[in-house]
Amino acid sequence: MKPMQRKALKKKDALWLGFVALLTLLPLAPAVAANSFHMHVVILILLFASMAQAWNIIGGYCGQVSFGHSVFFGIGAYGAGMAVVTYGGMPWPGILVGVILAAAVAVVISYPCFKLSGHYFAIATFAIVEIFNRSFLVWDWIGGALGLDYPLVKEGLMNLMWYNTKTGYYYCALILFLTIFGTVRWLEGHRFGYYMRAVREGQETAESLGVNSTAVKLAALTALCGAFFAQYNLRVDTPMVVSLDMSMKFVLITVLGGAGTLVGPLLGAAVLIPLQEYTQAFWGGLGGGVDLIIFGLLIILMVVKQPGGMIGIFHAVQKGILKRKNAAKGESADGAP
Amino acid sequence: MALLDVRNVTMKFGELVANDRVSFTVESGSIVGLIGPNGAGKTTLFNCVTGFLKPTGGAIIFDGADITGYTSYQIARLGAVRTFQVVRPLEEMTVFDNVLVGAFLKTSDNREAFARAADCIRLCSLESFQEKPAGELSIGGKKRLELARALATQPKLLMLDEVMAGLTSTEVRVSVEVILRLRESGITLMIVEHVMEGIMPIADKIVVLDGGVKIAEDAPGKVINDDSVIEAYLGAKYAQRFKAQKEDGARG
Ligand SMILES: Nc1ncnc2c1ncn2[C@@H]1O[C@H](COP(=O)(O)OP(=O)(O)OP(=O)(O)O)[C@@H](O)[C@H]1O
Ligand SMILES: [Mg+2]
Repeated sequence: MKPMQRKALKKKDALWLGFVALLTLLPLAPAVAANSFHMHVVILILLFASMAQAWNIIGGYCGQVSFGHSVFFGIGAYGAGMAVVTYGGMPWPGILVGVILAAAVAVVISYPCFKLSGHYFAIATFAIVEIFNRSFLVWDWIGGALGLDYPLVKEGLMNLMWYNTKTGYYYCALILFLTIFGTVRWLEGHRFGYYMRAVREGQETAESLGVNSTAVKLAALTALCGAFFAQYNLRVDTPMVVSLDMSMKFVLITVLGGAGTLVGPLLGAAVLIPLQEYTQAFWGGLGGGVDLIIFGLLIILMVVKQPGGMIGIFHAVQKGILKRKNAAKGESADGAP
Repeated sequence: MALLDVRNVTMKFGELVANDRVSFTVESGSIVGLIGPNGAGKTTLFNCVTGFLKPTGGAIIFDGADITGYTSYQIARLGAVRTFQVVRPLEEMTVFDNVLVGAFLKTSDNREAFARAADCIRLCSLESFQEKPAGELSIGGKKRLELARALATQPKLLMLDEVMAGLTSTEVRVSVEVILRLRESGITLMIVEHVMEGIMPIADKIVVLDGGVKIAEDAPGKVINDDSVIEAYLGAKYAQRFKAQKEDGARG
């Protein structure tokens, strides 16, 4: 590697570590700690950023737009929920089963889906969500249409539940966030990451260089997010976890922030989640619609004006500044005799 | 034993027979030129060998294994790697990263892959463009990128589909030097080329296709004097005139 590249990488590492430290200390900040609603928003940002990032692996880096991720998310959520509600135990074994099951389901449904390309892939994943949604609604063993309501148990890490403060949830969300962002960050700089981007830019070209594009899948991460979601809400039901609504959030957050980039999912979540939570808090029942209207407008604007998302805007501005700087330099250089 | 053994390969697109029972071999360490007029079926044959098309009939033996019906990435992993006649840069990735994708075939270690990619970039004179998105290269640059990327996979058999098309004669000379250096390093080459001054001086053997059928397989010196080859390129009428002229020249 050239020294210049290495220096740039060092700077990136430092930024990342600084960011991790900041997040770790965040609950100590009075403004966050004192107000449990702010805490709630921050937790959801971390969670949805993680979900979007898990989607970003396939949807952003590989360019296979999937509307099916709420299925994996739901399997994770039901895994945790059933362990606690149906079997009256700790959520951990359920989480493990959920993660494994989600990966297995991903392999099974990806087999036919990956044979399709572009829009057809997206449409097939749409259908899959609907199939799972309808089946889960009528499946009594997993709670059917009523869903699963968590009983009151002893709070703490064992049961992965807290009632009094949200600090425990915060650190769980942070671990989830760091696991998923850390994984993608590592992948980005290694063979797997280059292969994903190559598949997006040209599947046949990538295959001509020995890349097996169908081996590229990581659904288990999404299931982890689902399990956390169930533990946090103390409830699981089908419309909440396995639905097009939920699937859309995976996609829209990432697209708004910048698909196929590490920071994109975080930026998208940092805009959408506060929007959703604060409008709901201010307008109550009506708020449920207002945030979606604003968000829809944002997405339309983004797709038309800057398909690269917020990251795309950032890069465009950066480029503009650089150009102006260079132009200024060029002028002064010309001016000198 | 030959590195590549193409046996009676037939490829049909509906009624059209793009390759008609084509057979030939590529010996290890040699340079084989594959020529023929437009639409002769050269690219189709490449597609069959590299798994982009499944031949309608026949067999392809590579390095001792029957690879007929293998997927393209499996064949690439075995060491038969091709370039595309219609260039296919991974547009939004940098030139360097394009080559890096190739380099990752033989190693997952970043340091090794980066070093390998840097070597191939240098060999194909792409250093000054390496940080640019591949989509911004000139057509000549994109052709060189095709070569660099395929080369980075450390293939046993490198299959080049018209990498010299549209190059100036100086550039053709440079490409010829590069190709000769590759052979010295132990790579076997199969080259589709219309630029005769690029392929004739370096090939050990030329295979000629016309209308999907192999019409000649011989040393370059012999192939250019082969009547059916001249006819395929010039058409029957001109071939006769050409022959008459040559005989006149011989007499006079
Ligand atoms: N995928 C395809 N479907 C249908 N017909 C095809 C396909 N690919 C090639 N052909 C046809 O097969 C014939 C051989 O094409 P091919 O591209 O192999 O020729 P070529 O020798 O590479 O020509 P050129 O020198 O112009 O590159 C042509 O008639 C072409 O139209
Ligand atoms: Mg061709």
